[in-house]
Amino acid sequence: MNPIVQQHVTDFVYLASIILFILSLKWLSSPETARRGVRAGEIGMAIAILATLAGSGIVQYTWILVGLAVGGAVGVPLGLVKTTAVPQRTALSHAFGALTAALIGISEFYIETPHVTKFGMVEIALEVIIGGLTFTGSLIAAGKLQEILPQRPMTYRGQNLVSLAVLAAAIGIGVTLMFQQEIVWLFPAMVVISLLFGVMLVMPIGGADMPTVIALLNSYAGLADALLGFVLNSKVLIVAGALDGASGFILAVIMCKAMNRSFTNVLFGAFGQLQTGAGKAVEERTVRSATPEDAADILKAASSVVIVPGYGMAVAQAQHKVRELYDILTKQGINVTFGVHPVAGRMPGHMNVLLAEADIPYDKLLDMDQVNGDMPQTDVALIIGANDVCNPAARTDSTSPIYGMPIIDVDKARTVMVVKRSLNPGFAGIDNPLFYMDKTLMLFGDAKNFIGEVVRELGPGSHM
Amino acid sequence: MPADFIISLYIFVLGGFIGFSVITRVSRLLHTPLMSLTNALDAVVVVAAMIIAGRRETELAVILGTIGVAASFSNAVGGFIITERMLGMFKAGKANKS
Repeated sequence: MNPIVQQHVTDFVYLASIILFILSLKWLSSPETARRGVRAGEIGMAIAILATLAGSGIVQYTWILVGLAVGGAVGVPLGLVKTTAVPQRTALSHAFGALTAALIGISEFYIETPHVTKFGMVEIALEVIIGGLTFTGSLIAAGKLQEILPQRPMTYRGQNLVSLAVLAAAIGIGVTLMFQQEIVWLFPAMVVISLLFGVMLVMPIGGADMPTVIALLNSYAGLADALLGFVLNSKVLIVAGALDGASGFILAVIMCKAMNRSFTNVLFGAFGQLQTGAGKAVEERTVRSATPEDAADILKAASSVVIVPGYGMAVAQAQHKVRELYDILTKQGINVTFGVHPVAGRMPGHMNVLLAEADIPYDKLLDMDQVNGDMPQTDVALIIGANDVCNPAARTDSTSPIYGMPIIDVDKARTVMVVKRSLNPGFAGIDNPLFYMDKTLMLFGDAKNFIGEVVRELGPGSHM
Repeated sequence: MPADFIISLYIFVLGGFIGFSVITRVSRLLHTPLMSLTNALDAVVVVAAMIIAGRRETELAVILGTIGVAASFSNAVGGFIITERMLGMFKAGKANKS
């Protein structure tokens, strides 16, 4: 085929891919059409790859095939991880995406230098800086989520200033390169500094802020790809990057709103350092604790129950026991729903996936707003491994670091039961007055075992 | 300012708007699959990596390109698999009353 015709054919295939990608996301709007959406995305990806292999001036296929084989071998197990490991897998995939964008930007620089235009240098520098910092930042996030690195924020005095100075250095080198490309060592220096900045950006961020950070890194990964599209003049990359960037950005905004915090506060605030001293004064207060039998009796007498899951449920892998509880209570005519806070868990939508995996019908998984309206008529609010997202101090105590954060109003239910390992405050280290209320019963123990025992009490064959 | 840049900027801005309007309609239930799906779609950067690796312009480009192909293709494969798996878990109430 004539090379120009071939190029046109490839361009039209890319256009088809773009359309399929947009449809793919459009069909994700509801669970009924979502699987069709994945199919559309897969087809779009497959034709883009095939068209590129067939007609893009590729002269050597060996290394491409090696890359595809390795990518496939790594990708399949990463697609099969447990649902509890999905947050770290997601962070890792942001790292891979950003790594690719950065590596291609680096290659472009070395292929074109010293003939990169000033404008082209701006594009490449921006792309490599964002790609680099997203790569290492996402690796750190994945490490924290996998608990290889400590989930607590790691901070030191003057941290923000040092971090900003590092970023400024990377940008300064980029600007210098615009005018003086012949100083070749500057480019690798810029790459290294942006990698370093990624580490410094995510290290100080605590586990409870991970939903926002993952969403933000998602947005950066998309942005890096879109910028690479600018560098290479590739429309399909620009659109895919813009879609991914928009998605990550929207999710990050939702997460920030759900915590009543700003981006800058999440990135530079180091949540969790705020109240380390305040936990001691409250140990005098009394809590009422209850046994699985007590809990079962109360649940049996209820007519409506709202279950509020949190990260603790994921850690204890308690979702299947929760489903058994749901089944038994539903069978007895009790109305059971789930109140899912937007930032419950370690990434957007985390709890929904865990509960869906345990076969809980998705129409029982309600948003914070939906569930809060019904809360005053609810007999029992059962909190499993959640803490800050139902802390009434967010409404009442203006000195609390989470004051103003929208919460699930479990304290308005007639009875509150909290399944928790101990009275230790959560990752954010914030005291929760909910635990000391008269209508609150603390169910101390591992979520999976405790719910299991409640199920045994309620189940057939017990003394009912 | 190069003409290519202006065209690219148009595409980026319009793409961003389409993304914004499409993604705000995605159900909150599906935010985790949304993330894994956009991630898989973003892996279309694999085409750029393949071109860099396959044109054999410099040795460095082949090495970096090959790593890029592996990293981004693993995102495409893993992203689509896990999105399908997660979506398969979401069942409506009626189908579930067994």
